Amino acid sequence: MRRIRFERRLETPRLLAPALPFVSVAIALVIAAILLLVTGHDPLTTYQRMAEVAFADTQALSSTVASATPLLLTGLAAALAFRVRVWNIGGEGQLYIGAVCAAGAGIAVGGSGLAVALPAMVVAGILGGAAWAAIPGVLRAYLNTNEILTTLMFNYIAGLLMYYLIFDSHSFWRDVSSPEAKLFPQAKELDPSAFWPGFTGGGLIVPLGFLFGVIVAVLLFVLMRQTRLGFELRVVSDSPEVGRYAGMRTRRLVVIVMLISGGVAGLAGASQIGDFSHLLEPVGLQPAAYGYTGIVVAALARFNPLGVVLSALFLGGLTNAGFALQGADFPQGLVGTLQAIILFCVLASELFARYRLSWRTGQATPAVTGQPA
Amino acid sequence: MTTTTGNGDVALRARGVTKRFPNVLANDGVDFEIRPGEIHALLGENGSGKSTLCKILTGFYWPDEGSVSVGGDETRFRSPADAHAAGVFMVHQHFSLVARMSVAENVVLGWSRERGLRFDRRKVEAEVRAVADDFDMQVDPQLPVWQLSVGEQQRIEILKALYRGARILILDEPTAVLTPQEVERLFHSLRKMAAAGSSIVFISHKLHEVLEVCDRVTVLRQGRNAGEVDLRTEKDVDGRSLARMMVGRDIQLSRRSRERSPGDRVVLRLADVGANNDFDREVVKGVSLEVRSGEIVGVAGVAGNGQQQLAEAIAGLRRPTRGSIELEERALPPGDPRAAIEGGLAYVPEDRTGVGLAAGLRVDENIALKAVRGGDCSVGPFVHRGRVRRRAADLLEAFDVRGRPDSLVRQLSGGNAQKVLLARELSSEPKLLLIASPTRGLDVSAMEAVRKLVVSAADSGVAVLMISEDLDEVLDLSDRVAVMCDGRVTGIVDAEGADPEQIGMLMMGQTAAA
Repeated sequence: MRRIRFERRLETPRLLAPALPFVSVAIALVIAAILLLVTGHDPLTTYQRMAEVAFADTQALSSTVASATPLLLTGLAAALAFRVRVWNIGGEGQLYIGAVCAAGAGIAVGGSGLAVALPAMVVAGILGGAAWAAIPGVLRAYLNTNEILTTLMFNYIAGLLMYYLIFDSHSFWRDVSSPEAKLFPQAKELDPSAFWPGFTGGGLIVPLGFLFGVIVAVLLFVLMRQTRLGFELRVVSDSPEVGRYAGMRTRRLVVIVMLISGGVAGLAGASQIGDFSHLLEPVGLQPAAYGYTGIVVAALARFNPLGVVLSALFLGGLTNAGFALQGADFPQGLVGTLQAIILFCVLASELFARYRLSWRTGQATPAVTGQPA
Repeated sequence: MTTTTGNGDVALRARGVTKRFPNVLANDGVDFEIRPGEIHALLGENGSGKSTLCKILTGFYWPDEGSVSVGGDETRFRSPADAHAAGVFMVHQHFSLVARMSVAENVVLGWSRERGLRFDRRKVEAEVRAVADDFDMQVDPQLPVWQLSVGEQQRIEILKALYRGARILILDEPTAVLTPQEVERLFHSLRKMAAAGSSIVFISHKLHEVLEVCDRVTVLRQGRNAGEVDLRTEKDVDGRSLARMMVGRDIQLSRRSRERSPGDRVVLRLADVGANNDFDREVVKGVSLEVRSGEIVGVAGVAGNGQQQLAEAIAGLRRPTRGSIELEERALPPGDPRAAIEGGLAYVPEDRTGVGLAAGLRVDENIALKAVRGGDCSVGPFVHRGRVRRRAADLLEAFDVRGRPDSLVRQLSGGNAQKVLLARELSSEPKLLLIASPTRGLDVSAMEAVRKLVVSAADSGVAVLMISEDLDEVLDLSDRVAVMCDGRVTGIVDAEGADPEQIGMLMMGQTAAA
């Protein structure tokens, strides 16, 4: 009698790890296709239309890159933290605070030109996100609180703070220059000189934030692979006991990870203001859930910063397709469902990095789990 | 499945047993035979196939080929329960006892002679006591297990098997955690069991114990039979010839040469050091001790008497509650591992791949673990990967580690992992080597290599503080032996001419008197 069993791998084959995300996506597409069939849609045409509006021409690609921009940055924020086993679920809130700070800085510098506004907004966004992440980071490092819970709670606090600034107060961010604006709450818009420039080439438009994302990806890649800090982070993530034994300041490392991760998420918020909305817009920012989707992006890239660039583009394409195809004949919620299925498949595929399936005869299995031959 | 506990010549026999795992042939046509009433040693290095054979004999594994018979009848154990039903039991190194339950409750847990729902505590206690008395094993069936010493807990594990009708008992390194007195009592009980017709398979790395208590010996090497000796008839067999059979070549375990005298510079000075365990109970209760350069001080004692916490306090991993720790005449700041490392401490912890080595990282990265802060392996904020790799390659060669710089530590054998640890720690030119359970779980060749490294470190002037439960090892390697019991040093004796009996008394808490 033959049986299928999981066997622990001693070593993950070299080519398997990079192949896993692709296989996972393929499986996710198959599962989603079944859903589409059940709901009376033709999976092939649906997928074909999605691919067209996401990747077919430069215009489609430009929209995809725009959608991918926040996901790239939040994905990098999550990738760094998750890679070293600091479970920062707070990219969402760190993005909000980054947006708040960047918008504040942009408004404050008024019309003094891009050369002042851009660095001011970038620095404010990064510092805001980092500071917001530092609180749960310090709590985790020194009081051993669970950062999954605290960062998640901080997302709600940040979201409510953002709403408060626009809807429930006459804050610095709110436009109160006219009677109508006092009646219908609205944010102050940046001076057009503070709008971040995009880069165009051959019809393709790339927002500045995406470029920042690529730079951050390379920096994080180098950080993890080549620097002493990255080395210590890898040790501590493998075993905190070993890190402590080796004389590493393990608590400080946790805080540093949270600072960097939060800063990158904050930069995503700054890019939202500078590249896209040009004002603090809670109603648009919160439902987009870029911070949470960033976790899917990071997982799909298996927490490799360079991989995040690709996975952000892929999920950005999905998001873009979801927007472009909204309508009666396109199943609403398909994109969100697909994202979730992809996440499941990616997580499940990790099993195969560590185990392999084997078909063996019943006689060779341990008697404890086996059946008589 | 059919079995009867036969009275034939053979109690348990494995014939031509072969068991394959991915990439490994664990047992290759192994023959093994135990007669009723004998104590039979099963010897072999790690990876020689001992554990696999035992797991086949006790129904954990099925053999790919070959057969197992009990009392002359061929059987196929489908599970450990089948093996138990046939009277075959194994006592593992790690006990499976419920700390809060009483001895009697632990013995009947999961299997009682009684059927039905009723639990007659008195009756069970009397039964347990009767079984224990049969073999001169002192136990109080009413005591909760957490109050028992390690040796007593082991007795409960053996009792469990006997109570359930064991006729064949496999003991995996039963003496590793015992004091010399407890070893003697265990041997006495084993002899009584054998006299009553039971068979005992005795697995040990300590060859003098094998020679003392066993009737016959089966040696495995690389999954095959390497020899069989009847100690009752072959009187010229000694530890050396058994070791040769196990390893396939001559083995000489390093001993400390007693000719040279250690330096007089005190490297480590402990004064009234106290420390708590993880549950805030004081387990180190004022230890004072000095280790001089070039000296090996062995800390003997039964596990769990504060040795581990003392080591952690010295290494800065645990904050002492009182007292002072001086390294090279400078007080170490409490709870600061980095200060201890920078002060010249090399620490080889007992938990090698949980504390000493990052199992999921590569060998070269583990070798650079501490050096990465210095200039040897880094340039500014960057790790110099080339230097990390070269350094690892050099050390692997110098310390004779079988492994590549880019293999994961997880993939190393226990012996190679320990050598990697020692390579890293000794290459830092330490003043003090603190090493816990240096050879636990290692096979004879690795043990030999590790012992040699420790001795040569001392010869080169390093002060060595060695914590070990293995009294033989402590006596072989140390200049002085400090015995710990219940968080205190109960005596310090010269290893030269030390009396194991006396040390055993100290291990049980009787302070050195007269």
